[in-house]
Amino acid sequence: MIEARNINKFFGENNVLQDVSCQFHPGKTNLIIGQSGSGKTVLMKCLVGLYEVDSGQVFYDGRDFSAMDIKQRKEIRQELGMLFQGAALFDSLNVQENVMFPLNMFTKKSSEEKLERVNFVLKRVNLENRNKQMPSELSGGMKKRVAIARAIVMNPKYLFCDEPNSGLDPLTSNLIDLLIQELTYEYGITTIVNTHDMNSVLSIGDSIEFIYKGRIWWSGNKEEILHMGNKELNEFVFGTELTKRLRQ
Amino acid sequence: MLRPISTIGDYVLLMRRVLTKPQKGKLFWQALLFEIDQLGVDSLGIVAFISLFMGAVVAIQTAYNIDSPFIPMSMVGWTTRQSIILEFSPTVMSLILAGKVGSRIASQIGTMRVTEQIDALEIMGVNSANYLILPKIVALVLINPVLIVFSMWLGIIGGGGAMVFAKLVSMNDYLHGIRTDFQAYIIFYALTKTLFFAFIIASVSGFFGYRTDGGALEVGQASTKAVVVSSIVIILFNLLLTQLLLG
Repeated sequence: MIEARNINKFFGENNVLQDVSCQFHPGKTNLIIGQSGSGKTVLMKCLVGLYEVDSGQVFYDGRDFSAMDIKQRKEIRQELGMLFQGAALFDSLNVQENVMFPLNMFTKKSSEEKLERVNFVLKRVNLENRNKQMPSELSGGMKKRVAIARAIVMNPKYLFCDEPNSGLDPLTSNLIDLLIQELTYEYGITTIVNTHDMNSVLSIGDSIEFIYKGRIWWSGNKEEILHMGNKELNEFVFGTELTKRLRQ
Repeated sequence: MLRPISTIGDYVLLMRRVLTKPQKGKLFWQALLFEIDQLGVDSLGIVAFISLFMGAVVAIQTAYNIDSPFIPMSMVGWTTRQSIILEFSPTVMSLILAGKVGSRIASQIGTMRVTEQIDALEIMGVNSANYLILPKIVALVLINPVLIVFSMWLGIIGGGGAMVFAKLVSMNDYLHGIRTDFQAYIIFYALTKTLFFAFIIASVSGFFGYRTDGGALEVGQASTKAVVVSSIVIILFNLLLTQLLLG
């Protein structure tokens, strides 16, 4: 389980995260939702240590991440995978080399073992026989799937996905969502997904934290979210023409 | 006033992360060979072209400016050699390489920063500064002296070639001048400067690339800053090293 306790984060005078406390459970897809600029990405970056929190704590299964030194954090980071908004594949490496990178860096496996593992995870994300393609030769959805393969190649305990659907068509977006959910259930990963896509919310939102102006405004799940009386939440949930019509 | 001091502080802090033992030796050696090819071998063409022509120009200008019959024409060879070895190859060539190699390093690392590739490395537990910048520094420190010796050689050949084609000085006189009063120490002086300049180019450019924040515009700005600041630091160190080594 990942737990954030009373996190505050400032950028200059701007208090981007205000006393944020929440829990993310293993074997569930935990969603952080909210409008652009609400603080979702900052919260995720604070959780993984890309931003230092100004006050508060982050716990990984009871281990205080915010109090750890660089060496201890490195050990935790080898237990987590992250899917970035733009996939963040290494341009100079092909698909196989990208996915194999963490194995090359942190394991002493033989070349055959590493290749076997890479092929396994590529097959898991439905990208067999694409090993030698460069990132520039892949579509947006394929890049995201390669990034997922790279994120899970080390068998992570924690998986972070920052806007996994951004820039994707609804069908591909749905495939990525389902893939993330399947992997979460299959390996019992603590998955945190940052999104403002309502399709994702309704299809994979086992647990949802709605963040508004830097505060946790509402917590619940996909069954509850459509029936809440919360004004800000409803504005977000029923913000699109499609959802407005569906509501009517 | 505080901004340059703060920038120097950031640079020192980054270098503390860069100048550590690589996490995985095999990956470091692979990256090192790649960088030697990209930063060094790839620069041979421009180094050769500029050195040949600059050597020729130095020799022609010297030859046309020797008016006195009391000055032997072999002085053209001597002057060309001294100009090329002492200043042109180590300093001017390093400034040119600061433009070519420095902008490449800054824009490559800057692009990795804005496309979250550096964040991806950090998330994996990789010391991204060490992984990305150290191979570039080591590669340039190793290959820059080779490029500069190559430049010296071609500069002197270029001067000789110009003398022969323009029929200003005989090849015998030119070669006599090249050999006159040669002190090996000037090669040591030139190569010592070269090592410092190589470190400056790679580390300063890596620094500006690494701290890029934003998008394509900021990558361009980082690249420009890398070239400008590297050039200024090279010029300052040139003065300092010249005073220390020749003073």
